[in-house]
Amino acid sequence: MLRYIIAFIMLALPAVAEEVVLGLSKDEVAITTSFDGSDVLIFGAVKREAPIPDGDPLEVIITVSGPSESVTVRRKEKRFGIWVNIDAVEIDEAPSFYAVATSAPLRDVLNDVEDLRYKISVPRAIRSVGAPMAVQDAAAFTQAIIRIRTKSDAYQLLENGVSVDAQTLFQTSIQLPAALTEGEYKTRIFLTRSGKVISDYETSIDVRKIGLERWLFTMSRESSLLYGLMSLAIAIAAGWGASAIFRVFRL
Amino acid sequence: MQIYLPIAEISVNAFLLLGLGGIVGILSGMFGVGGGFLMTPLLFFIGIPPAVAVATEANQIVASSFSGVLAHFKRKTVDLRMGTVLLIGGLVGAALGVVVFNYLKAQGQVDLLVKLCYVIFLGVIGGLMFIESLNAIRKTSKGTVPKRKKHNWIHGLPFKMRFRVSGLYISVIPPIIVGVLVGILAAIMGVGGGFIMVPAMIYLLGMPTKVVVGTSLFQIIFVTAFTTMLHATTNFTVDIVLAVLLLVGGVFGAQIGTRIGVKMKAEQLRILLAIMVLAVCGKLAFDLLVMPSDVFSIAAGGH
Repeated sequence: MLRYIIAFIMLALPAVAEEVVLGLSKDEVAITTSFDGSDVLIFGAVKREAPIPDGDPLEVIITVSGPSESVTVRRKEKRFGIWVNIDAVEIDEAPSFYAVATSAPLRDVLNDVEDLRYKISVPRAIRSVGAPMAVQDAAAFTQAIIRIRTKSDAYQLLENGVSVDAQTLFQTSIQLPAALTEGEYKTRIFLTRSGKVISDYETSIDVRKIGLERWLFTMSRESSLLYGLMSLAIAIAAGWGASAIFRVFRL
Repeated sequence: MQIYLPIAEISVNAFLLLGLGGIVGILSGMFGVGGGFLMTPLLFFIGIPPAVAVATEANQIVASSFSGVLAHFKRKTVDLRMGTVLLIGGLVGAALGVVVFNYLKAQGQVDLLVKLCYVIFLGVIGGLMFIESLNAIRKTSKGTVPKRKKHNWIHGLPFKMRFRVSGLYISVIPPIIVGVLVGILAAIMGVGGGFIMVPAMIYLLGMPTKVVVGTSLFQIIFVTAFTTMLHATTNFTVDIVLAVLLLVGGVFGAQIGTRIGVKMKAEQLRILLAIMVLAVCGKLAFDLLVMPSDVFSIAAGGH
C-alpha cells in the first residue's frame, strides 16, 4: 500500500518540480513610537530535482498584503452649484496595504486566467461583490480606490522589482509605509513560466504595536472609561502646568 | 522627528503638531474660542482620520481652555455665574444636538449639512462682527464714546439675576436660550462652540468683551470634557499621543494669547476674530464650490 502511495507521489511530483525556499529579512515588524516605515527584504531560492527546463525563463512574483477591510467609496457631483456626495459603492474587501513585485512586466509573467485564479494583480486583490443597481460604471469606484491608495503608496506595483539570478536565486525589497495598520501581512511567492503559475508559497509577516503603543491601544479598547479620564487628567494637568510656569516666571 | 500615533495608526512629525497646537492655542487665549473649527481641518489635511481628529481635538481644547481660563481667573475676567447659566443651557442643547445629529445621519448627507451649517453661521456671524467692530473703531477714532448698554425688551423678562463681573442685571432666560442654541450647534458641528458663543455674549447679552473671553473658555472646558469622554467610550477615537503633542503647544500658546488679548482694544480683538471667522468660512465655501481634485473619496467600513 505504502509503496503505491510513494509511487503516486513520485508521479505527481513533476507538477511541483520547482519549489520555493524562502527567507525574510524579518518576519516581524514592530511598531514602536518612533516607527517610520520599514523595509522588508524578501529573498529565496528555487529548489529543483531536475535540470532547468528549456523554453521561457522562470519568472517570480511576490505579493505582500495587509489585513483586508470593507470600505465605502463615494462619488461627488455638482448639484445646485455645490459638490455633493451622490452615490456610494461598498467594496467588500480591500487590503489596507498591497504590493506586487515582479521580475518582468506583469502582463508578460502572468496570464489573465492565472491572475483571476490566484488574485495577484492589484485590481484582482480587491473584492467587490455587487454594486447597487442604481450605480452605473461601478468599475470606476474600484479604480478610484486603487488610484487613491497608489498615490499614498498603500498600493504598489513594482514591475521588474524582483531580481532573479540564474533562474534560481531571487530577491526583492518591499517598503512598508509609515501609516501601517496592525495585523498579519500575507506574503505570497509565485513562480511562473510562460504566464502560468508553476509553484506558489505563502508565509506571513507579523506587524504588531509594541511597548507604549500596545499598552495605549489596548487600554483605549478595554478600559475606555479609564482611558478617557486619563486623557482629561493629562489635559487639565498640562493646562495647569503651563499656567503655573508662566506665573512663576511672571511672564 | 516622526512619531507613530497608536489610535490614528499613522506616523506624523512631532514638531509640526507642536507648532500647530501653539498657534491654535494663541488664538484660543486671545479670543476665547476653543480653536476646534481651525484645528480639525488642519488635522484632516495632515492625514489624521476624521473621527480621530474630531475626538482628539476635543481633548486638546480641554487643555488649552483650562490653561487660558486660569490666566483669566488671575485677572478676574471670568463671570462664573454667567458661565454656569450658559453651561446649563449648553448641556441641554448638546443632548438635543446629539438627537438631531443622529436623525440627520440616518437621512445621509450629514457631512454636507455640517459644512453648510459652518458656512452659513461663520459667514453671518463673521460679517456682522466685522461691520460692527469697523464702525466701533471709526467712532472711537472720531472721539465719540460708543454706547453699548442699551435698554431693550430683554430687560423686561422675569427671573432677573445680577451678574456682577459682567456688570449686568438681566433675566436668566436669554443666557439659557443662547446656551441651548450653541449647545445644539456644537453637537452637530463637532466643536466647542466658542466662535458662536463669543459673538452671542457680546451682541445678544451685552457682556463686556474682556469678560466674554474668560467666561467662554470656562464653559468650553466642560462641554469639550463631556465630548472627549463620549468619544473615548463609544467610538474609541481619542488618540492620547496626538492629544499630548497638540496640547503641549496649546497650553503655552493659550498663556501667550491671553496676554496679547488683554493688551488689545476690544474693537481690535473683535475685528480680528471676525476676519478669522470669515477666512475659515471662505475656505469652506471654496471647497464646496470648486471641483475637488478627486471626485471619489474613501471611507472606512461599510454600512
